[in-house]
Amino acid sequence: MPIDAPAEVIANHALSTDYNVLALAAPAIAAAAAPGQFVMVKAAFGHDPLLRRPFSVFEVLRDDRGTPTGISLLNKRIGVSTDLLYAARPGQRVACLGPLGRSFTVVDPPTEGWMVAGGVGLAPFVALAEALGTRGVASTLFYGARRAEELFYLDVFRRLGVELVLTTEDGSLGERGRVVAPLERRLAARAADRPVMIYACGPEGMLAATATTAARFGRPCQVSVERIMACGLGGCYSCVVPMRHGHGGFHHVRSCIAGPVLPGDQILWE
Amino acid sequence: MDLSVRIGSLTLKNPLVAASGCFGYGVEYAEVVDLSSLGGIAVKGLFLAEREGHPAPRIVETPAGMLNAIGLQGIGVHRFIDEKLPELRARKATVIVNICGTTLNEYVELARILSDAEGVDALELNISCPNIKEGGITFGCSLTGTFDVVSAVRKVTRLPVVPKLTPNVTDVASFARAAEEAGADAVALVNTFLAMVIDVETRRPKISNVVGGLSGPAIRPIAVRMVYECRQTVKIPIVGMGGIAEARDALEFIIAGASAVQVGTASFVDPFIWPKLLDGIRDYMRRHQIARIADLVGTIDARARDHEWTSS
Repeated sequence: MPIDAPAEVIANHALSTDYNVLALAAPAIAAAAAPGQFVMVKAAFGHDPLLRRPFSVFEVLRDDRGTPTGISLLNKRIGVSTDLLYAARPGQRVACLGPLGRSFTVVDPPTEGWMVAGGVGLAPFVALAEALGTRGVASTLFYGARRAEELFYLDVFRRLGVELVLTTEDGSLGERGRVVAPLERRLAARAADRPVMIYACGPEGMLAATATTAARFGRPCQVSVERIMACGLGGCYSCVVPMRHGHGGFHHVRSCIAGPVLPGDQILWE
Repeated sequence: MDLSVRIGSLTLKNPLVAASGCFGYGVEYAEVVDLSSLGGIAVKGLFLAEREGHPAPRIVETPAGMLNAIGLQGIGVHRFIDEKLPELRARKATVIVNICGTTLNEYVELARILSDAEGVDALELNISCPNIKEGGITFGCSLTGTFDVVSAVRKVTRLPVVPKLTPNVTDVASFARAAEEAGADAVALVNTFLAMVIDVETRRPKISNVVGGLSGPAIRPIAVRMVYECRQTVKIPIVGMGGIAEARDALEFIIAGASAVQVGTASFVDPFIWPKLLDGIRDYMRRHQIARIADLVGTIDARARDHEWTSS
């Protein structure tokens, strides 16, 4: 059962003029959250803004003894609610409902975990990298952004033993271009008998390219989709994703309860 | 303290009903809401067949409200009866099935099928969805269409029949009267207000259907006015809705003339809202020494209040 916590803002770290990491005191949600799950956050009390916004659980925060104390969110300013969360001050409270949705399926060795992130799509991968590391799974993060200043938390992933493959659109760090290009080369070079699970989160075009590329090489791919949603519980039918169904048909599934993690090869990409 | 209200032959244990289209088929909320604690659950609108609805994006937030054009995605009446109704019955929910047709015969067929199903407590006729091209609102925007569909359904069912009216007409009370004359047990109002939002950077509408229905606190004063107008016009009970987010909002509708109220958008924001609303209503009843909530219905004191105005 999801928990609705009036979560206190513990810390707010600005990463850039657009991105911040908001730490929230929500021990029960933190203890229950699995990698890839999300929370619905209401940035302000009152009716404007009215709706909650979905956020992947970015980090599970723990005290010295390892007990979960809260979660953090990777926030990017794109509108009124995300502006408020960017400006949130420690001590302030936000309503936080979760954990919600289906998590990533975490693989075991010898399967490798390859995470593919675009921009704010980095959000579910700290938690996933930790889970992969705990199981002893070798992991790689393919991470693309517009420029070097928007590639965040690289040290955190390095500490977790994750290999980094970085791309920027302006070439200021890593390879110039899109993140799917190095992914494709790695897939082409990989022996067919060495299993790999691909995890992707980011803009829709990147997800489609990743899922299509994975399918072309016969590799499984779990994608975490982002949709506008009102409730996060299956009530509003706002957040649908068309999934292949029957012969050439499709069926709309609610990404809040059937996802947000969905099998990439079954999504009917635009 | 008696919170029960009557809608035709149906008694609701309290006046709070989950609004159609805002609560899935009810079972989605079984983990967070005691479904038997609600006065009723108006399930997502059903056609005979399954429908996929519109592509995303289907909603956009607006000032104190939201716009939706889901397009009545649904599993169809047969799957509802097989897959959802048994759990709703097991959880002792009061089930109001919202039905929608593209033809008058489809409404009749749906009413027949649901009248034979165990566990259906009332039928809400969706003649007001603004987001589909055919059927539904075609009936709800014509007085004869409203009369015809209500009387046709009336003839084939003993279940309480509650048409849900659209506010997108000049005089909603005349539609309430047409429904009453056709034998409706109650009327439910309002559905959403047809509206649109444009992204000025791209010059494109923000939802895929271009236009959609506006709900949320932004519409509440208009909805209250419409319930009030209908209360002056018809004798059958009214189920009021539109932007209820707190107990006093529900009470406003009740005082304006609604016997029961529905809550939709606010339960998206706070799925745990139901006991809070009930507590607020009970507190009001205590403070005003009201023993039966039914006694509060339509008790608005609409005398001119010029003498009370203060200059400001």
